[in-house]
Amino acid sequence: MQIKDLFSKKKYATIPSGSASAPERPKRDIPEGLMNKCSKCGNIQYSKELDKNLKVCSSCGHHYRLSAWERIGMTLDDGRLHEYDADMVSIDPLEFPGYAGKLKQQYEKNPNLNEAVVTGEGMIGGFPIVVCVMSFDFFSGSMGSVVGEKITRAIETAHAKQLPLLIFSTSGGARMQESILSLMQMAKTSAALSKFQGAGGLFISVFTDPTMGGVSASFASLGDYNLAEPGALVGFAGRIVIEQTIRQKLPDNFQTAEFNMQHGQLDMVVHRKDMKHTLTKLLDMHIVREDLSHAE
Amino acid sequence: MPSEQKLPFEKPLSDLRDKIATLKKLAENNGMDFTEEILRLEEKCKQMEEELYSEMTAAQKMHVARHHQRPTSLDFIQAMFTDFMELHGDRLFADDLAIVGGLAKFNGLPITVVGHQRGKDTRDNIARFFGSPHPEGFRKALRLMQQANKFNRPIITFIDTKGAYPGNTAEERGQSEAIARNLREMAGFGVPIICVVIGEGGSGGALALGVGNRVIMLENAIYSAISPNGAASILWKDASKADVAAEAMKITAKDLLEFEIIEDIVAEPQGGAHRDVTFTAEQLKEKLWLHLQQLLQLTPEELIEDRYQKFRKIGEFRIAEPAEQAAAELQHENAPSVEGGQEPASGIEAESAQV
Repeated sequence: MQIKDLFSKKKYATIPSGSASAPERPKRDIPEGLMNKCSKCGNIQYSKELDKNLKVCSSCGHHYRLSAWERIGMTLDDGRLHEYDADMVSIDPLEFPGYAGKLKQQYEKNPNLNEAVVTGEGMIGGFPIVVCVMSFDFFSGSMGSVVGEKITRAIETAHAKQLPLLIFSTSGGARMQESILSLMQMAKTSAALSKFQGAGGLFISVFTDPTMGGVSASFASLGDYNLAEPGALVGFAGRIVIEQTIRQKLPDNFQTAEFNMQHGQLDMVVHRKDMKHTLTKLLDMHIVREDLSHAE
Repeated sequence: MPSEQKLPFEKPLSDLRDKIATLKKLAENNGMDFTEEILRLEEKCKQMEEELYSEMTAAQKMHVARHHQRPTSLDFIQAMFTDFMELHGDRLFADDLAIVGGLAKFNGLPITVVGHQRGKDTRDNIARFFGSPHPEGFRKALRLMQQANKFNRPIITFIDTKGAYPGNTAEERGQSEAIARNLREMAGFGVPIICVVIGEGGSGGALALGVGNRVIMLENAIYSAISPNGAASILWKDASKADVAAEAMKITAKDLLEFEIIEDIVAEPQGGAHRDVTFTAEQLKEKLWLHLQQLLQLTPEELIEDRYQKFRKIGEFRIAEPAEQAAAELQHENAPSVEGGQEPASGIEAESAQV
């Protein structure tokens, strides 16, 4: 053997890659939904464990998206909500091609939801509060007439009853099948907040993954306190549209909660396990002064 | 006059006009008599014009609204008001040229005017980001409107934008917050606010100047939650189907008047505002003055309440029958818990995946 042979590459037999040639592994019999694979890190865990962990990946801390009812269960005292306007449903005012069929699909997919937001009254840490919780499962959380109306009514109720208001947002933006009517919900909800907050009302806004477009650019950004869950995508324009406009690739953390916090757009990024405690603390800071002055 | 930009749907008409011109030239050069022929064609041309422009489709209006020579905010300001003094900057970051604003006199009455500003040519368009504002633009507008509120001046806004600028720096500086804040603050001003959609009213970037006691539109202007191009690319993955989307989305002044989103429509000359800017400005000025006179009768509290009610009533929905409710609740009880672990995606992507 010559010295140069030492550096020459060894020859290996090559096996063509690709799924076609990969040997079929026998499928193991795992009941549907027993295990769950994290979409961020690929960690596989028992669904029960995941639920116990408030749907946060035990390995990487990825916050899974929650449906409105899951979040209500985690946030409100005893998971109890006195629901408002549960019977309000969308119509197809523009007779937009495909909208009626798509709505039907959404009802079938989400038997426990009538729209992309659930509103009502409950308690957090013993404080009575009006809450609105959006659900991305339903029509990508898009805001049409019903979402705008339910949120506006909730704001007006909080105003009338002098209760604090909490909104968990998640939305792909305006519901384009309702075009201009959905755009105007941005103005309607913001105008209601103008009255409520102008009269001293407390509004806590929590961004959850993802909150984009018309929801982000209306009530969700108008909290007296703006909070977000870790990793939540929060922004106005979508990443793809921006990349096409500026002809640059955007960093991975673009528009995450942490990115927004760094740029001064958020008060706090709050882990799901700390959310209820943080909200309770915030509410506690707003006990009406008269109550304390009596205590002298 | 610079050569006019021809829109695709106007082609048969311009072809006919070319034909007449050729014929006239031929007659002149060869001394032949085509008078009868020319008269006949001119008659046909007139007829065609009337047919073409009397029943314009939403897509055709969209093309007119985006016409390069369509009058801009500054054109209307110059044509309708006197003593315009442009004011600059948001006092926080920069002066966004995609929005212009300042003081002016409207029939002698001091007003504050704010509007989106498209460019007149490529260089101007680049400086003005094609009329798509960054947060500093919305914040400049807000500063000027707050000033108007303080000094009790009516506010007139001109809406003409494809939408807020989709850029990374715009996001970093809080595009959402800037738009949201304008919506909320405009709702609370105790002075008359009249908003005029003069061209394209696209999305939140348009609405950020659009919370008025009265919203009026030029005849060929359009107003929608998302540009027809954007809707087409999300719905059918094909931005070139914008014309189809334009029809479905009900974006014209006539549609919006029916939905009671706007209060009035301003007539444009045949073929669009760019054909006769002076005429269009006169029509608009007359309507604006009329609406302003009505609003000036109201107290600040009444103005705020009037504006609130205008937007409060917008939205169409129904209350489900109790039977439907019961069925839904029954299903609710049997429903399995919703599974987690969905693919994380940007809102836009996720939306498109669903539609």
